[in-house]
Amino acid sequence: MKLSLGPLLYYWPRQSVLDFYAEIADSPVDIVHLGETVCSRRHELRLDDWIEVAAMLADAGKEAVLSSQSLIESESDLKTLRRVVGQQRFRVEANDMAAVRLLAEAGRRDWIAGPTLNVFNPHTLGLLVEAGASRWVVAPEMSGAALAEVRSTLPAPIETEVFAYGRLPLAHSARCFTARHYNLQKDGCEFRCLGIADGLVLRTREGEPFLTLNGVQTQSAKVHTLLGDLSALDGRAEVLRISPQGAHTRDIIERFRAALDGRQTPAEALAASSAHMPAAPCNGFWHGRPGVEQFVPA
Amino acid sequence: MTSSQRIELVCPAGSLPALKTAIDHGADCVYLGFKDATNARNFTGLNFDPAQMREGIAYAHARRRKVLLALNTYPQTANWAGWTAAVDRAAEFGIDAVILADPGLMAYAAKTHPQLRLHLSVQGSATSYEAINFYHERFGIQRAVLPRVLSMAQVEQVVGRTPVEIEVFGFGGLCVMVEGRCALSAYATGESPNCNGACSPGKHVRWEQTPQGMETRLNGILIDRFGEHERAGYPTLCKGRFEVNDETYYAIEEPTSLNTLEMLPELARVGVAAIKIEGRQRSPAYVAQVTKVWRAALDRVAVDPAGFHALPAWMAELNKVSEGQSHTLGAYYRPWK
Repeated sequence: MKLSLGPLLYYWPRQSVLDFYAEIADSPVDIVHLGETVCSRRHELRLDDWIEVAAMLADAGKEAVLSSQSLIESESDLKTLRRVVGQQRFRVEANDMAAVRLLAEAGRRDWIAGPTLNVFNPHTLGLLVEAGASRWVVAPEMSGAALAEVRSTLPAPIETEVFAYGRLPLAHSARCFTARHYNLQKDGCEFRCLGIADGLVLRTREGEPFLTLNGVQTQSAKVHTLLGDLSALDGRAEVLRISPQGAHTRDIIERFRAALDGRQTPAEALAASSAHMPAAPCNGFWHGRPGVEQFVPA
Repeated sequence: MTSSQRIELVCPAGSLPALKTAIDHGADCVYLGFKDATNARNFTGLNFDPAQMREGIAYAHARRRKVLLALNTYPQTANWAGWTAAVDRAAEFGIDAVILADPGLMAYAAKTHPQLRLHLSVQGSATSYEAINFYHERFGIQRAVLPRVLSMAQVEQVVGRTPVEIEVFGFGGLCVMVEGRCALSAYATGESPNCNGACSPGKHVRWEQTPQGMETRLNGILIDRFGEHERAGYPTLCKGRFEVNDETYYAIEEPTSLNTLEMLPELARVGVAAIKIEGRQRSPAYVAQVTKVWRAALDRVAVDPAGFHALPAWMAELNKVSEGQSHTLGAYYRPWK
């Protein structure tokens, strides 16, 4: 089983990003997704910078992937997308049908169908494979059972990646909820999300952490983790995705690697990782339940 | 599409009475769904059984209006046949177009029923001409419904770069998130707009009078709490009040409706083909009121775009049926963002 690091969903200062990936270079992760996928106003690193980081990670033996933006609104978003697709050195994760069209048009046969493409059945997945997809990242809301059904009816297997750790990316909007929190318009957001390492926690009026505001993206407050469910992932996925968090990402990667290599039981790994998690765990989606639940099968 | 063409008025029909009301009050098209998870408004007591659908189509066609069928949820491996059967039935009934989100289902429809007109649902999350043209090239879609996230300038950009007709939301409930890219309901309740056709579904809703006020919960999660003189709203989870950094407010969006009536000349100028009124879950009385106002406004803008302005009486009528009696231009108006 390979481990992948998902794209950085938060807006960190440039040096923090560079330091982070320098640390990842010798971590036991196999695939690293790079690039800005959430907000086109975030420019601490531009595409050329991301390509440089990708080259550094490739030299360190990782597979580097450039992830495309999830929500395309403007012509300048498309311009960036065309540049991502246009470079030949790295594979591209398509997070919108605009990217799918451009990749297919360019004749690329090596791209990754990202988690926001809404693939819920083998017919749609088959179309993407026909268009050149060679890996599929499952939407976080899909259950393990539904995933198994898709895979069992595919004419040919496709490498499958499951969101296995991190705050769940749940929604995208035109509106920036971080700017709104500071009574600013998105166009004049003053880049307030810069340096909010893990997003802003949104609580219910009973003080219960519920969601995380990350600019135009809304995430879960709880941390989705499949560390306790690793045995059920066998045969259903070839790659597990870990989503970067503000601190301890490397520790989490090590925990997954230890559990996958049999140096720790999944239960031990889950318990050991709890000290490095910014919030309580959940895994409901994998079990076909509300995503917010932490479900332990009987 | 050029601006000299008429903009079609597309109205919601959650039931046969609502369909007839919409047609009688001037809708050019109505959209509806079957009574199951194949459409994104899968609520108890709503939608059409096959007999009602036949009757509704006959009623509309006799008056030379169109009926569009929303099959805009994403089928799973296990229930795939239910969705293809719905496409087959729609074609057999002589529906004017099916509104689809799933590419696999689109491929099925295009292959099995080449004469059937395909629209891309808002649930397809296509926000650029590149995405829309993808569906056009592969499946021959003839219209796309835009998610409620683009500014007017961005809408214009899309219209100008695709042969596909563009339909936009004009009035009704405001979905703040990109449709088809929101799993908030699934996270809280296990049921999602994408797969189950329901957002914040009723069976998970609880209202409770407490010493702190009226509390509304969704699957146990407190969405809002209302004081004595406040009207307790439905716990749609993105329109609740929450705490962020110790401040309690509508952190995502106030309960308010979208109303783009005052932008009609602009929408006509950029070449939008159709305007959709949201609200299949609303009553025939709502449908009547809203359809009447929009019919009058569209007729006015067609003959005198330069002199058009949204009459205060129209706005007052629409505000009466708006959530929280208030309205917004949403993302069409850039500062909203």
